[in-house]
Amino acid sequence: MTAKPDWKQTDIIHVDQPELSMTERMYLPQIFGGMKTTLRHMFKKKLRDETVVQYPEQKRQLRKEIYRGVHRLNRDDQGRVACVACFMCETACPAHCIHIEGAESPWPDREKYPIKFDIDELRCIYCGMCEEACPVDAIELTPEYHLVGGSREEMIFDKEKLLNIFDRTKDEKPRKNPNITGY
Amino acid sequence: MGGIQVGNLCHNVGSAARTMMDTMDAIRNILADQFWFSIVLGLVVFGGIQGAVAYAILLERKISAWTQDRYGPNRVGPYGILQPIADGLKFFLKEDIIPANVDKALFIFAPWMIFVVALVGFAVIPWGGSFKWGWMEATAKPMVVQVASVDIGLLYIVAVSSLSVYGVVLGGWASNNKYSFYGAIRAAAQMLSYEVPMGMCLMAAILMTGSLRLEEMVDWQARHGWAVMYHPIAALVLFITALAEANRMPFDLAESEQELIGGYHTEYSALKLALFFLAEYSHMITSSAMMICIFFGGYLVPGWEWLNTTPTFGAALVRVAVFAFKIFLFICLYMLIRWTIPRFRFDQLMRLAWKGLVPMTMTLVAAQGLVLYMGWSQWTTTAVNIGVFLFGGFVSVAGGKAVTGRQLSLRRAEAMG
Ligand code: SF4
Ligand code: SF4
Repeated sequence: MTAKPDWKQTDIIHVDQPELSMTERMYLPQIFGGMKTTLRHMFKKKLRDETVVQYPEQKRQLRKEIYRGVHRLNRDDQGRVACVACFMCETACPAHCIHIEGAESPWPDREKYPIKFDIDELRCIYCGMCEEACPVDAIELTPEYHLVGGSREEMIFDKEKLLNIFDRTKDEKPRKNPNITGY
Repeated sequence: MGGIQVGNLCHNVGSAARTMMDTMDAIRNILADQFWFSIVLGLVVFGGIQGAVAYAILLERKISAWTQDRYGPNRVGPYGILQPIADGLKFFLKEDIIPANVDKALFIFAPWMIFVVALVGFAVIPWGGSFKWGWMEATAKPMVVQVASVDIGLLYIVAVSSLSVYGVVLGGWASNNKYSFYGAIRAAAQMLSYEVPMGMCLMAAILMTGSLRLEEMVDWQARHGWAVMYHPIAALVLFITALAEANRMPFDLAESEQELIGGYHTEYSALKLALFFLAEYSHMITSSAMMICIFFGGYLVPGWEWLNTTPTFGAALVRVAVFAFKIFLFICLYMLIRWTIPRFRFDQLMRLAWKGLVPMTMTLVAAQGLVLYMGWSQWTTTAVNIGVFLFGGFVSVAGGKAVTGRQLSLRRAEAMG
């Protein structure tokens, strides 16, 4: 005996496409209707002034908690880099733009730490997978989006730069979790 | 000594004045000669159209922005009015890439061909009727504000504007790129199909006015009123086909960015791409000018009889201004339509032409012929026009299929099997 499906034939609703009326088949009335809408918007100067953000002068109100801008490497409460060089983020990254070199940690509370931590911000697609993957919440995306550079090399952010970004943005967006140590 | 010098001076001044008079006379004579006047006018029109096209592109960007609640280009100059210059400069300074595997000769030739073809159409447009210079004798032949006044003006425009598909096909084919090629064949099929209803509309107008000369068509309208009153549906269909011929929305299947990247001009860059754009916008201006001459009274304004009858240069300028204003309105309409209606599917496009427009316009031509033969009032065709349109709507309802063939979904009974 096969299991009875838990839906009934009467649950299915067939939705027919609505038949076109005469005015719809003759297009013109509909087209004029559409043009009325476009025209109405053309002369709505007030709506335009309210919606448009004139970028360099005005800035958008970002939702800082969730905006995915440039990365930062967090520091723990002793000012050391919080990363434990577990390579989770490098593995998770779909764009393969994180390059880490780990080394034995000089501190007793963890085994490894990164001596090199490069993110190619040009290859990055700002998906936030690295942030999801990190077990100690060491890498995070910040609400900073003014990313400029004169060359490709300049856009590869190294450990120092990423730590600097943390220093710059820690007031704006505090580190999510307190430091997790004891690895 | 002194006396001689003064005498020389007088002589010099006198001869200078005389030379100036001579030059003025020469200029007057040249301007009063239709051949030279046409050449001057051609240059003016050429420059005017180029400027108009540059600003039409700005207008297009502005209108698209406004309809979408944006501002549009507003950084270069106040309200962005210098944007066309920046755009032009950018097109000049960009790297002109010729891909490795293209047919080089045709690849270079295609944009120039389409550009030239789009420009020569203006030659037969009557911009402002005829006038006489103040210094011309009353019996002299009046000047015509038209580069070339030829007997087959309308045929010339149709022939030249349908040539522009060559540029599209050559460009698409020479690019050696599948997307370009698809764009090119679509353009060719589309132009062939829409040429038929377009020809029919023109035929109705030619029968009615009894001339192929655009200026005589305008004169006819001065006597009888705008032709659009007698053939509203023909004017409408002509407008639709003009959209299709210019590859504008909703008929821009040759470009359709979502499917074909850029269509026939995918591989083009820099100046060659700019030429394609120039051609597209010039084409819009030519076709609106043609439509205005045939159906919308050319440079006439209803109720302003003096405008058509005053033979002075000033009146001619006003006529040109009126004409330009009408073209401006048409261009705005083109753009508004582009930002309102979605693109047709290809089968819908073909069905609209062959099942909708061709039978309708054929009926109109037949009706116009009958009216002429029987000597009925011209207003009969107005009734026929409206009748044809309503009948078309009725048939599509009774036949259960819209002209562009929207698929009916399965009904409940069919779906249940
Ligand atoms: S945001 Fe995405 S693409 Fe960028 S570094 Fe992190 S995982 Fe890689
Ligand atoms: S996942 Fe976090 S702890 Fe692991 S290497 Fe990346 S940043 Fe460092």
